[in-house]
Amino acid sequence: MSESKPGWKSIPIAGILLEPGSAMKYKTGSWRAFRPVIDEEKCIGCFLCWIYCPDGAVIREEKSVKINYDYCKGCGICANECPAKAITMVEEKR
Amino acid sequence: MSKVLGLTGDGAVAYAVKQCNVDVVAAYPITPQTLIVEEFSEYVHNGEVHTEFVCVESEHSAMSACIGASLTGARVFTATASQGLALMHEMLYIASTLRCPIVMGVVNRTLSAPINIHCDHSDMMGSRDCGWIQVFVENAQEAYDWVIQAFRIAEDPDVLLPVAVNLDGFILSHSLEGVRVLDDEEAEKFVSTRKPVLTIDPDKPITVGAICFTDFYFETKRQHVDAMDNSPKTISKVNDEFAELTGRRYGFIDTYEMEDAEAAIICLGSTAGTAMAVAKSMRAKGKKVGVIKPWVYRPFPTEQIIKAVENLKALAVLDRACSVGAPYGPLCSDVIAALYREGIKLNLFNVIYGLGGRDIRPTDIEAIFNEALEVAKTGVIKEPLKFVGVRE
Ligand code: SF4
Ligand code: SF4
Repeated sequence: MSESKPGWKSIPIAGILLEPGSAMKYKTGSWRAFRPVIDEEKCIGCFLCWIYCPDGAVIREEKSVKINYDYCKGCGICANECPAKAITMVEEKR
Repeated sequence: MSKVLGLTGDGAVAYAVKQCNVDVVAAYPITPQTLIVEEFSEYVHNGEVHTEFVCVESEHSAMSACIGASLTGARVFTATASQGLALMHEMLYIASTLRCPIVMGVVNRTLSAPINIHCDHSDMMGSRDCGWIQVFVENAQEAYDWVIQAFRIAEDPDVLLPVAVNLDGFILSHSLEGVRVLDDEEAEKFVSTRKPVLTIDPDKPITVGAICFTDFYFETKRQHVDAMDNSPKTISKVNDEFAELTGRRYGFIDTYEMEDAEAAIICLGSTAGTAMAVAKSMRAKGKKVGVIKPWVYRPFPTEQIIKAVENLKALAVLDRACSVGAPYGPLCSDVIAALYREGIKLNLFNVIYGLGGRDIRPTDIEAIFNEALEVAKTGVIKEPLKFVGVRE
């Protein structure tokens, strides 16, 4: 895999990334072992999960929230913080 | 017109920094480096420099602030010693691999325990693999001269590496010498201002220090090695220009009476001065001895040392640091590796001396020379690694 990537003579020095926002290309969702699942019935729309998510993976909607599974790393902070116990961490089966 | 000032080693460093158009100094005081930041902060206070002086709470923060400032394209200086350098250790690697051309004065002092404020090279040797260019000086004049050259070397787009200028704690840092200094305008013209290559700029965002896993870390480190391997070209160029300006010629190593020497001492820092004085008096008695003093320790001056030892029969390598458990001290290991790489078999022995500021006297040096002459004559090395100046 590493052979198909550019070598040290052609990449920018010092591990610098010249393209802004390129972290979007890095889908960290693949790291997830547990997936947060929202129970919209229980959700009270307090948006605490949206505030607490360290990865900005909670998408705020009108009354409730959605998870962006491309970037959610499955840390479980949202589930821990949810006052309505509306988020369940379900084991990923890949 | 240049003039001569009475300066301590630390004072010479501070004076050089004052003349180098430095944008940011972030430093924390530690003996025997304190005089550098103390004197420099006076220049700031008096409005003699435009430098932003950042008083930080530790050396770890000092180097962190230097890295941040350097990434914005600023010219940056700091200074430390001993435990301070040790506390910076992780940031030293970050500074070098992020290719921040920071210049740092390292006023060599031993590492605890037991706590001791005096000179040896354990501090720099403990961080010798941090990927910085490392220079060792013999006196205050050299400290002044190398600090000025260091900015040019570090900031050259072909190099972009931090440079540590090492001077012996107390022996140099606190001793007053006549130092020939440049006029402010001459110095300013020589160092000019930094022309940064890639900088942090809100209008042209880049990401610095992003995570780099198995797929790119190795490539980044390989670039770092390449930058160090390329640095001799720049170092020579800067040495040449400096010689033209001042008449003072620097290089990778300094040699004394090496042309026909049978036995020699190689050592770093102020001890080389003592060794040269002893060599001079032994020469007067017809003993063919010489001295090699590496100015540049990283990149290691392999080529220059090989050439210097061409006609030599025996060499004593003096280390003011010990690598406990290793076959030799750090300088000796490097010398042997350099010789081996070129297929040269030279009879040598390693002397560990001066730890914790223990004096190395002319009589000690003379005895080492005599032992080296004996090895030159007989080809027999009695003690490959010996400790000079320690009580049994
Ligand atoms: S599990 Fe962690 S990363 Fe995923 S949405 Fe919740 S807080 Fe964010
Ligand atoms: S914390 Fe719980 S209740 Fe609040 S918005 Fe998120 S899921 Fe809904």
